[in-house]
Amino acid sequence: MPNNQNLQDLVIQVRRDILRMVHKVNSGHPGGSLGCTEFFVALYNEIMDLKEGFDMDGKGEDLFFLSNGHISPVFYSVLARKGYFPIEELNTFRLINSRLQGHPTTHEGLPGVRVASGSLGQGMSVAIGAALAKKLNGDDHLVFSLHGDGELQEGQNWEAIMFAAGNKVDNLIATIDRNGQQIDGATEEVLPLGDVAEKFRVFGWDVLEIKNGNDLDQVITGLNEAKKRTGKGKPICIVMTTVMGHGVDFMMHTHAWHGKAPNDEQLDIALSQNPVTLGDY
Amino acid sequence: MTKYIDQGKQDTRSGFGAGMTELGRTNPNVVALCADLVGSLKIETFIEENPDRFFQVGIAEANMMGIAAGLTIGGKIPFASTFANFATGRVYDQIRQSIAYSDKNVKICASHAGLTLGEDGATHQILEDIGLMKMLPGMTVINPCDFNQTKAATLAIAEHHGPVYLRFGRPKVANFTPVNQKFEIGKALMLSEGTDVTLLATGHLVWQSLLAAENLENQGISVEVINIHTIKPLDDEAILKSVKKTGCVVTAEEHNYLGGLGESVARVLATHYPSPQEFVAVQDSFGESGTPEQLMDKYGLNNKAIEAAVLRVLKRK
Repeated sequence: MPNNQNLQDLVIQVRRDILRMVHKVNSGHPGGSLGCTEFFVALYNEIMDLKEGFDMDGKGEDLFFLSNGHISPVFYSVLARKGYFPIEELNTFRLINSRLQGHPTTHEGLPGVRVASGSLGQGMSVAIGAALAKKLNGDDHLVFSLHGDGELQEGQNWEAIMFAAGNKVDNLIATIDRNGQQIDGATEEVLPLGDVAEKFRVFGWDVLEIKNGNDLDQVITGLNEAKKRTGKGKPICIVMTTVMGHGVDFMMHTHAWHGKAPNDEQLDIALSQNPVTLGDY
Repeated sequence: MTKYIDQGKQDTRSGFGAGMTELGRTNPNVVALCADLVGSLKIETFIEENPDRFFQVGIAEANMMGIAAGLTIGGKIPFASTFANFATGRVYDQIRQSIAYSDKNVKICASHAGLTLGEDGATHQILEDIGLMKMLPGMTVINPCDFNQTKAATLAIAEHHGPVYLRFGRPKVANFTPVNQKFEIGKALMLSEGTDVTLLATGHLVWQSLLAAENLENQGISVEVINIHTIKPLDDEAILKSVKKTGCVVTAEEHNYLGGLGESVARVLATHYPSPQEFVAVQDSFGESGTPEQLMDKYGLNNKAIEAAVLRVLKRK
């Protein structure tokens, strides 16, 4: 097991970064970002085998693709704190002339990002392509991806899900953030997704679940288990249950903070629930 | 005028297939994808010789574009192929986000473009694809005129880094450009020099333009024929040089007049050298079922229509 205290500290600090980033520009998506903080921290600091520095081809290292690009605050914070770019650059989130666009892009050359995302439903196809390239290159590293649950309403996912199973893309671990919320309300009310794990299973994937995606130990255990199951002829899906807005009591269990920033007073309360650990940018 | 000889009718899609066969043998990074139209795209030989470098995605074009984008990460050069309709309009956002905006080195290879698809009708005859693709920042748009040129273009785009839209067609048409020609992206090709009118044509309309020019020459009209195989980036310099000499222009394309080559040329002229221009193109309509010849006649896209446009533009000089 890793030094979990360090990772726990990082989780809290990333939550602070997320809140401060969206507050400063009064825009952005804190809810899903807060819900996936443990996942990102674990993935980048415990799970993935990463090279020093960044190059687009990413040969000889694990790759990650964020499909639900609107949770860019958590992605940017974790990338910055992993050393992909200066932490102070988080100050430029969503500002003009910034590399930290509202949704992640490659266009401005931000290290750590390999494809634009945010127009939903496209990330799994891209991750599959990158996984196929790894196989062609004889590179036994893995490809990870993250998808919102609401995002599964986009039909392209199901084309991709069918393809990955049919073509035995077994170096891919796609995680579904099952927070049950989307912009217009609960996913089961907007357009029911039903049993996501079973859907992947009948499409031919090897599926495992992380019951509490806001428990760092469970996330690490789940991701390690997923890694063990790669290379066996099936793509791997992790259905990870999270709480949108986790870590800030008034943001939890609601879709209200999907795309809304806290005001000054709300920020103070939110930050007080996540006291400084590693230091603010 | 310069004479061109039809070496025997062939389809441009077979030129693409021949190019893919060669790339399969010469460039190990080239991979191919297809959405259940392998026979129509003529890539059987590539698949037979390089089974590990071919991905059959099924009837799922959106996924194909995304996978193609992903394959570039790791240095592959994906050629994603299907009918032009399904390679553009159906998957516009996938191309915009995952390929163009993300600057991925994907080659979108689109057969059965335009009316000459024929009997299948308007559901499959896209006449808007050039416009859709040329509007995407960073996208190169190429529409070669015959078998030999399509093969050459296929080879050339593998050497070019960046997203490319390569458009070709189904019918067997005159094959008149040199075998093993060098294809230079963005460089217009002077086919026949003339002094009275500039005729800028792309794709299947290039041969029709040569036929028209020959007929017009017999009427004492000197036509300069230029093959605009690359619509973006457009060879502004070649166009302006010619129009400054002739003083008027006709553009000819198998596409809607909105968004096509003609409008790109009009932009260049309006900016640098306003001149009379006539458009040989579809007049903002969908196509319909029919033989390619019937359709090109009905929609005014053959040598007769080009001749009429030349006579019109000359009166406006």
